Amino acid sequence: MAEPPLRPRRRFRQPSVIPGFGLTLGYTLTCLSLVVLLPLAALVVRASGLGFSGIWEVATDPRVASALRVSFGVSALAALTASVFGFLVAWVLTRYDFPGRRIVDAVVDLPFALPTAVAGIALASLYAPNGLVGAQLAKLGIEAAYTPVGIYIAMVFIGLPFAVRTVQPLIVEIDREIEEASATLGAGRLHTLTRVVLPPLIPAVLTGFALAFARGVGEYGSIIFIAGNLPYVSEIAPLLIVIKLSEFDYGGACAIATIMLGISFVTLLAINLIQAWSRRRFGYV
Amino acid sequence: MTGSTAIRVENLSKTFDTAAVLHDLSLDVRAGELLALLGPSGSGKTTLLRIIAGLDFPDRGRIVFGAEDATRLPVQQRAVGFVFQHYALFKHMSVADNIAYGLNARKRSERPAKAEIKRRVGDLLDLIKLSGFADRYPSQLSGGQRQRIALARALAVEPRVLLLDEPFGALDAQVRKDLRRWLREIHDRTGQTTIFVTHDQDEALELSDRVAVLAKGRLEQIGTPDEVQEAPVSATVLKFLGDTIEVEAIAQGGEVRVDGRLTPVVAPPGLVGPVKLYARPWQLQFAEAGEAHLHGTVRSSYRSQGRQRIEVDRIEGKTVVVEASDTARLPAGREVGLRILAGHVFAG
Amino acid sequence: MSEIATDLPRHQPASVVTEGGLVRGLLIAVAIVFLALFLVLPLATVFVQAFAKGWDAYLAAFHEADAHAAIRLTLITAAIAVPFNLVFGIMASWAIAKFEFAGKNLLVTLIDLPFSVSPVVSGLIYVLVFGSQGLIGPWLLEHDIQIIFAIPGIVLATIFVTFPFVARQLIPLMQEQGTAEEEAALTLGASGWHAFRTVTLPNIRWGLLYSVLLCNARAMGEFGAVSVVSGHIRGLTNTLPLHVEILYNEYNFVASFAVASLLAGLALVTLGLKSLLEWRYAGDIAASGRRH
Repeated sequence: MAEPPLRPRRRFRQPSVIPGFGLTLGYTLTCLSLVVLLPLAALVVRASGLGFSGIWEVATDPRVASALRVSFGVSALAALTASVFGFLVAWVLTRYDFPGRRIVDAVVDLPFALPTAVAGIALASLYAPNGLVGAQLAKLGIEAAYTPVGIYIAMVFIGLPFAVRTVQPLIVEIDREIEEASATLGAGRLHTLTRVVLPPLIPAVLTGFALAFARGVGEYGSIIFIAGNLPYVSEIAPLLIVIKLSEFDYGGACAIATIMLGISFVTLLAINLIQAWSRRRFGYV
Repeated sequence: MTGSTAIRVENLSKTFDTAAVLHDLSLDVRAGELLALLGPSGSGKTTLLRIIAGLDFPDRGRIVFGAEDATRLPVQQRAVGFVFQHYALFKHMSVADNIAYGLNARKRSERPAKAEIKRRVGDLLDLIKLSGFADRYPSQLSGGQRQRIALARALAVEPRVLLLDEPFGALDAQVRKDLRRWLREIHDRTGQTTIFVTHDQDEALELSDRVAVLAKGRLEQIGTPDEVQEAPVSATVLKFLGDTIEVEAIAQGGEVRVDGRLTPVVAPPGLVGPVKLYARPWQLQFAEAGEAHLHGTVRSSYRSQGRQRIEVDRIEGKTVVVEASDTARLPAGREVGLRILAGHVFAG
Repeated sequence: MSEIATDLPRHQPASVVTEGGLVRGLLIAVAIVFLALFLVLPLATVFVQAFAKGWDAYLAAFHEADAHAAIRLTLITAAIAVPFNLVFGIMASWAIAKFEFAGKNLLVTLIDLPFSVSPVVSGLIYVLVFGSQGLIGPWLLEHDIQIIFAIPGIVLATIFVTFPFVARQLIPLMQEQGTAEEEAALTLGASGWHAFRTVTLPNIRWGLLYSVLLCNARAMGEFGAVSVVSGHIRGLTNTLPLHVEILYNEYNFVASFAVASLLAGLALVTLGLKSLLEWRYAGDIAASGRRH
């Protein structure tokens, strides 16, 4: 007589009256697999074919090692610059009202919208020794084009919007009462900024840094024109992949790509950890 | 103890954009008193509090702390303790760091020693009964606990005056009641001059030594809770302090008549002719038609917190609510008469 | 009361929670100079260089079969990639935003993956699948199907790099809107499709337009990934960005910048429309992002 007790069962999906789950999820998974997962799996298969020692061998090749060093080193420096100025720009855009603010705000997204090749040739012609800015820099004894300085400039260009757009919404959300509370307790403006306003923004600044860094490492189009691509000096890792491919050295290309992907994933993981820590500690990201 | 004037607000005017929020407002705050600024939203009470704190600046008028003109004094130097409606705790700092913030922000020469700061934080945590919470973060606390930390943080700098902006506004009813009682206790213990802003008349009347009723940027009345309740100076104050019934009346020679029948209400000298009589729901009584001032039919009645509230449709059209403790349930549609037992009259 | 109407100093700060006027002005100046130098100057250079030798030289860059072919290929690529990602984005956000199921977070992360992959690597993985030495390369060769160094490869690589654009914009937007309105429509007798068309779609239309705009800009401008799979066959597998590169490397600067100015114009239009949408429909484009 007793019916089986109704027991909550762990199931794949919560019941819902909304239709279309099977269709949309099926379509999503199919597209994702065909467009993203299978091709990426091809890379993984190739790389595992090389084995760790094979990848290590490529990585320690002097030219590859130099390119990786340039890519990661310059990108870190550029991301740092982008973070500092990005914070400044975000602060100015959210906190101060000045004529043309809306336009300046729109300009920040230019590197997102401008095709990288276009940015690349523009930067190259600006910073070439006879270019508008390059000529001035040359007077100061700085060679920008065809050196890591050029790579740095292109990476700052490409990374800036990431730095601005990650901190900007958080600056918008700062509760003015927090700053007023600090002021009523006797703190001067600088004390308020450094002790009350800035610390909660650090996770966002770090996230912006990581995004700009990852983007800089992978960037190709805006860099190759200004970099000059001298082996051991101003050659970046993505370019080396292209070179290896044109030499039909698929193994070498895969090895470099794997290293770059590996470091990108570590960066992404770091971002997630920063955010998880921030959420645990302060209850917000 | 209440005594000399701690803060004098003189002829304060303030306009935001084009809307005036304070009109020539003057007010004295006595040392050691707990003063409520009571008013509906838009009455200017929060603006007044922020101007006293130095967070906003008046267009005209002065703020005097004791003998010192503080009108131009920057907020950092005013030594006020401000408790914000949403607490404004520093989320990235522990409870102890929050409370010690004002002390740590002082110049090195004026800053107490580390041990002294620690001791003071401990004392304040004891005062607010959150002793074990020094190392917690605000996100780990309940609303009521955060409110208490915000208060401790404000008290830590030993302010000349404690300012609270709708201190219980964001809390639920039960916590609110507990915190009210507790704030009163803290005040009695510390004797700290305190001003708090509220739109809740019960809160103001229960908690404060004096109530300042604000409306449309002007001070309507200031006095003890008894004074403002027993002798409201205007219909605005009266209406804001609770439910009222408004009745047309005629005043002559100090006597007030409704529907030609004498009431026990006394008109102030000089008030003659058509006036408005205001009574509370409990200042009416059911009466025989011959003795009644008002006539109507029962619309509905219900019980609330041990009292019977009866809605009566008056023949004149308006519906009034009568509160009685001894009435048997009256059926809807019954014709009744109402007698006015007490009330206030103001010029119509 | 005595007459005390103290006039306060005129330059009383409007708020106690901002920096002094001088600091403020300085910071604004630094920000604007920095942006002008790093972002605006390169953009201006494109147009200056494009018109360096006058209108005729500028127009000559477009009176050329290769330029026409590049424009055509870019348009074809975008015309396939954008609708594909539009449909995918709507499907994916419906599944993810309207239902609770296991592994949802992983799915979102995987959809976002192409954003964190270098464009060059994006191209590389397609070469690894379809190239002559690739996984199914030999089979393709046998059946005389060309993908790499041909239009299908370019389209595929473009789809890959723009894959997350629509989905990533719509998922949080649809999540924020919840399911109540769709449920209401269903109780009123609407079919699922009808509910989507009449209830969901109007709610997400501005966000959809916004994401399509950005997706299109990236699809037309993609360089790295397309460069790897195209083979740079002039007149056949050159998109506009690749055409810019070839002209530049041939020292044909005016033509190169002229073609680049077309893409820069597209970027400016995109930015303009994007700002307009953000300004006009801020609340309807993206989830408000409120935490707590």
